[in-house]
Amino acid sequence: MSTNTEPANGSRVHAGKTLADSLPPSDEEILRVEDLTVEFPTDDGIVHAVRGVDYSVREREVLGIVGESGSGKSVSSMAIMGLLPGNARVHGSIRYRGTDLLRMREKEHRSLRGDKIAMIFQDPMTSLNPVQTIGDQLAEAVLSHHLVSRKQALARAKEMLDLVGIPRPEARLKSYPHEFSGGMRQRVMIAMAIINDPDLIIADEPTTALDVTVQAQILEKLLEVKDEVNAAILMITHDLGVIAGMAHRVLVMYAGRPVEIGNVDVVFNQPRMPYMAGLLGSLPHLDATEHERLRPIVGTPPSLINVPPGCPFSPRCPLADDSACVTTEPELAPVDADEHYAACHHWSRLAQVDDPTAYFRAESERSR
Amino acid sequence: MRRTRTKPAQAPSGTDAVQGMGVRTRTQGELVFRRFVRHKGAVAGMIGLGAIVLLAVTSIGAGPIPGWWPKDFSSTGTIVDSGKPTLSLLPGFLGGSGMQMGEHPFGQDNVGRDYFALTMRGTQVSLVIAFIVGIVSTFVGTLIGAVAGYFRGKSEAALMRLTDLVITIPTLLFAGLVAVMAGDRGIVVLGLVLGLVTWTPTARLIRGEVLSIREKEFVIAARSFGTSARRIIVKHILPNTVGIIIVSVTLAIATAIILESALSFLGLGVQPPDTSLGRIIHDYQNALTVRPWLFYWPGFFIIGIVLSVNFIGDGLRDAFDPRQNRVRD
Repeated sequence: MSTNTEPANGSRVHAGKTLADSLPPSDEEILRVEDLTVEFPTDDGIVHAVRGVDYSVREREVLGIVGESGSGKSVSSMAIMGLLPGNARVHGSIRYRGTDLLRMREKEHRSLRGDKIAMIFQDPMTSLNPVQTIGDQLAEAVLSHHLVSRKQALARAKEMLDLVGIPRPEARLKSYPHEFSGGMRQRVMIAMAIINDPDLIIADEPTTALDVTVQAQILEKLLEVKDEVNAAILMITHDLGVIAGMAHRVLVMYAGRPVEIGNVDVVFNQPRMPYMAGLLGSLPHLDATEHERLRPIVGTPPSLINVPPGCPFSPRCPLADDSACVTTEPELAPVDADEHYAACHHWSRLAQVDDPTAYFRAESERSR
Repeated sequence: MRRTRTKPAQAPSGTDAVQGMGVRTRTQGELVFRRFVRHKGAVAGMIGLGAIVLLAVTSIGAGPIPGWWPKDFSSTGTIVDSGKPTLSLLPGFLGGSGMQMGEHPFGQDNVGRDYFALTMRGTQVSLVIAFIVGIVSTFVGTLIGAVAGYFRGKSEAALMRLTDLVITIPTLLFAGLVAVMAGDRGIVVLGLVLGLVTWTPTARLIRGEVLSIREKEFVIAARSFGTSARRIIVKHILPNTVGIIIVSVTLAIATAIILESALSFLGLGVQPPDTSLGRIIHDYQNALTVRPWLFYWPGFFIIGIVLSVNFIGDGLRDAFDPRQNRVRD
């Protein structure tokens, strides 16, 4: 079907934007999250979904947040948007250019949402209203924040569709979401996120629902529009490949806490938290031999209702001992490289070996 | 998908033609219309209701506008042939008396009133009341259901307990009481009163649907773009409940006709000398054995209206659903 094909006309094909080509981040901090905790009371007890998160995002910076399902990465970003369900208890502070979002009135918070802080959701199939045209939905994002006419809003919508590479934007304004393919819908979501020139775009697993070829296009497009509107991106994902390709810094989360943060190159080459080392070790290698098996991290993350004392990763950790690891939870502390922090009592042991992932290799071979 | 159904040669136009596709995109309006006219029941309902409305309005006229039927619904006359209907649809060569209306096509009642004029007046009144009730009860029910479902919390508790309260009050009694208090203010007031006691099922239905839609990602996405609650309800949630709203309207119209008959039966609805289909049935309830036509003409029109409205609602519901690509054959 003609409408479902990705743009293929020559003018739009470009070499592909990489992080290195885009504008470098400035030193100005636009978002600072301090000691953020989120709890949900349930029948089984209180779920400690986020247990103290600190990080900051600078202008034009791409900060990747990785972690497995339930590690609190999405919950902490929904806290920034103020879109958590009513029963959530949120503590700490989230400062956007100095103002604390958690102490803001709902009306003020709403005026920031979609204007200064925008969000791209995981599943483009469900995040567009099926009974409204694309043009109306894009225009609505403009009209919610600016006193302009509908006609001007639609003109802006057309401009944005063109920017994200939707062919014949004028005609597509009148289309309904079901007339678009998944990749095109995600482009529309990106267009909607940047339509008000936001400072910060929170992308919550923006490519998880898309196939791999489209994934690459969407990520390139995201980097491209980031420079167009001078926005920082908070990239939430569980795909280490995506982080490696498009983030300046990475924050690793485990059981509701950040366990490692630093520049992407440093964290990927010299992980100082065994969890990150295990994640990197579990990636399949292209040069693997035929009979080589994948090396998973054995075990499961702890329940967030009864978080045991000590390091939450200790039951799965090949470095864990019986003293500090089971009694005190390690704080995020600076390690050997600049601006590199990890939460591990034994990070220096990882620093002593060339390949920290080797610990996990031995572990999984033993369990075989 | 439907787009591919159009033959490529049929309508090459605009930019599509430039791209060599030659497939014209239909607008949403065209699609809704197409799906509606392909729904046989809906078209039949439309014709049926149209015919009833046309007949009721033109025959005895409306307000100052005169109709083509010479007799008045309230004046009495001499009873001819014990008031039997003179309408004949059987042609002469089949043994009938030929296709003709005759003096009193629907017969006469026991005081010699022309029953055709009376039925037409009853149909007019019942239709007006039914549509007022349909609109009022759907509007109130949708508003209350949507606000309760979207905001949750205290406003939901308050509104839903109000709904429960209205449900526990016997509708008939309440409507009757209000009708008496309002006095004989005519059929518009009666319609409003009935509308204000029949919104409860709609409110519950809409609330349930809104509860599920408010958790959908596109609503969360709309909130993430800073859209106001009012706009989210009106622009994002309610259009997704159009199916339920339309079904509610049709159900409310059917309920209204029956409720109005019941009220009239108790002498609380339409007051004489005016009449309605329900009132006619009530007035002649003892005539079934001697003058059965006094019974089946209004009955025929009640069934005709309710059936037509339900079929139209069914067709509209299907036609408005943009996710539905299948066109009924």
